[in-house]
Amino acid sequence: MPELRKERLDRGVKVRSDSIYALSSMKEILYLLGPGLVLILLLLVLPLVVSPYWQRVMAITGVYALLSISFGFLANYVGLVSLGGAFYVGVGGYLSGLLNAAGVPLILSIPIATLLGAVICTLLLLPCLPLRGVYFAIISFIYPLFAGRLIAATGYFGGTDGIPGLDRFPSIWVALYMAIFILLIVLYGLSRMVNYEDVGLVFRGVKDNELAIKASALNLTWYKVQAVFISSAMGTFAGAYLAHLYGWVGMSLFAIDFSILPVAATVVGGSGTLYGPLLGALILVPASESMRAFGTLRIVFYAVLLVFFVVFWTEGILDFLKRKYEQFEHWVRI
Amino acid sequence: MDLIIYGIVNSITLILMSIGFALAYGVSRVPNFAHGALFILAGYLTWVFRYRVDLPYWLSIILALIIVGLVGIALYQFILIRVRGMPISEIIASFGVGLAILEFLRWSGLRGTAHMLPPFISGTVRIFDVPLDYQRIIVIFGGIGILLFLWAFTTFTKTGLSLKAIAQNERAGLVLGIDADRAATVAVSLGAVFAGVAAVILLPLGNIVVEMGYEVLVFAIAVSVCGGLGSWKGAVLASFLIGFAQTITVSFVAPHYHFVMALFIIIIVLIFKPSGLFGRQKELEERV
Repeated sequence: MPELRKERLDRGVKVRSDSIYALSSMKEILYLLGPGLVLILLLLVLPLVVSPYWQRVMAITGVYALLSISFGFLANYVGLVSLGGAFYVGVGGYLSGLLNAAGVPLILSIPIATLLGAVICTLLLLPCLPLRGVYFAIISFIYPLFAGRLIAATGYFGGTDGIPGLDRFPSIWVALYMAIFILLIVLYGLSRMVNYEDVGLVFRGVKDNELAIKASALNLTWYKVQAVFISSAMGTFAGAYLAHLYGWVGMSLFAIDFSILPVAATVVGGSGTLYGPLLGALILVPASESMRAFGTLRIVFYAVLLVFFVVFWTEGILDFLKRKYEQFEHWVRI
Repeated sequence: MDLIIYGIVNSITLILMSIGFALAYGVSRVPNFAHGALFILAGYLTWVFRYRVDLPYWLSIILALIIVGLVGIALYQFILIRVRGMPISEIIASFGVGLAILEFLRWSGLRGTAHMLPPFISGTVRIFDVPLDYQRIIVIFGGIGILLFLWAFTTFTKTGLSLKAIAQNERAGLVLGIDADRAATVAVSLGAVFAGVAAVILLPLGNIVVEMGYEVLVFAIAVSVCGGLGSWKGAVLASFLIGFAQTITVSFVAPHYHFVMALFIIIIVLIFKPSGLFGRQKELEERV
């Protein structure tokens, strides 16, 4: 009978040094990459097996996940808490809708709307960028509300009727895999950028210590502009995508859902990484979608969930799962 | 002339909407994003007591205000107290509560135009040849009344003075034996009651609709940001600035641009004076 003892899975990986992983076998590589690979595989395979209704839900989940990552990136890495996600969605959606209604095909209108919309959003938010914390949150919260009101009142861009009859995606597969690929590219590109590139370090400096940034002769506002541009580009893409998913744009693109659900997803999933918001969106959106029969009660549901997580479980689900994953034990021979 | 009179009415409407928010933030530094929800809750409760339970109007108002005050206490004691000092969490938590209240009301039947409160006194009067209904006159006096009450409360009563002390210097207040959490509870709950009073005074001018809750929140924020968060003198001044600007826009440009005007004023004020009209130096450091 060989002697056995329990050992944590990450023992050999992490303990050798605190933050640099020292890998010595394929098994350990697999242990580290496992969660990411499972995520990618799940995203790629799941559309093939679910029903058409849930394919649509998945597409919408992808949109919300993108918005959540955009919120999480801006809040956790740059320190700008933007409660105005709906503003990006609205701007992107309307731009793409207008372009498409003017005859620009879908394949061009989405990228143009994404970039142009991000420029517009960044320029409009520029006066508010010196603000921090609560103040930026408050101001950005007002933007989509006013934009929606303005369109309703002036009747521009179709007023309350919106712009109907836009091109739709050729099939749900195109739409779905487009969302998934963009999501994965954004996720891994952004996490590389904030974790391994210099600019990521500067972003964190913007969040934690503005004086250090100024003392390094870096232009604070310019970095904030870059961050807002990246984050709003994700939002405007989401908007343009939704416009062509529904074949219609309207004032509902400025709806408060697009501002609040990303916040809820970030809080539920856990802030501090880009994967937390993603996980939150993957949990919350299907949950909220399956409660569609209850009408606005589902907003109550995620509002209550939001308060619960903010107040009682600030860690979030991702960190909880991560801890559990690292504590996972197996028997080894001594 | 009607420009001036309606400008004043409009400004005082804004004061009524925002004073509760400004008070809660000024004293307890809690940005109470449930403000709009409390506003609608008070209006809806009054309606329920008046028409469903058939109580007299004055009694239903008082009951609604008491309940809203209790909700304010509960909001602080059970939720906000746990996230004190983390501004973003405070915003998210209070906004979550507000969202839950508003959307729950919408789900439970607060839709359409069926819900109205009657004006206290109906009829109109002509002042300088401008027709003005009595409810709007009540708005003016109600706004002035609330401001006088707030002034007297923070100048002459012990509780009011303790609120002021905590607002000015929390640590010194603690040394003098003032319970900061109690002061904050009073402030949040009083802010909620003010939201309720505003609802009772303002809602007879229109319908009780959920959207109004978001609107009140937005205007409360707009006014407070403009006036310097936490300074209620600034809030009054900003109310007049935004109120008159809106009235002028409505009569000379087009009625639907008055939302834009509000945002425009906020941005202008923030560019030139980031801490708001009456913001102090300390606040400037916090926010920029």
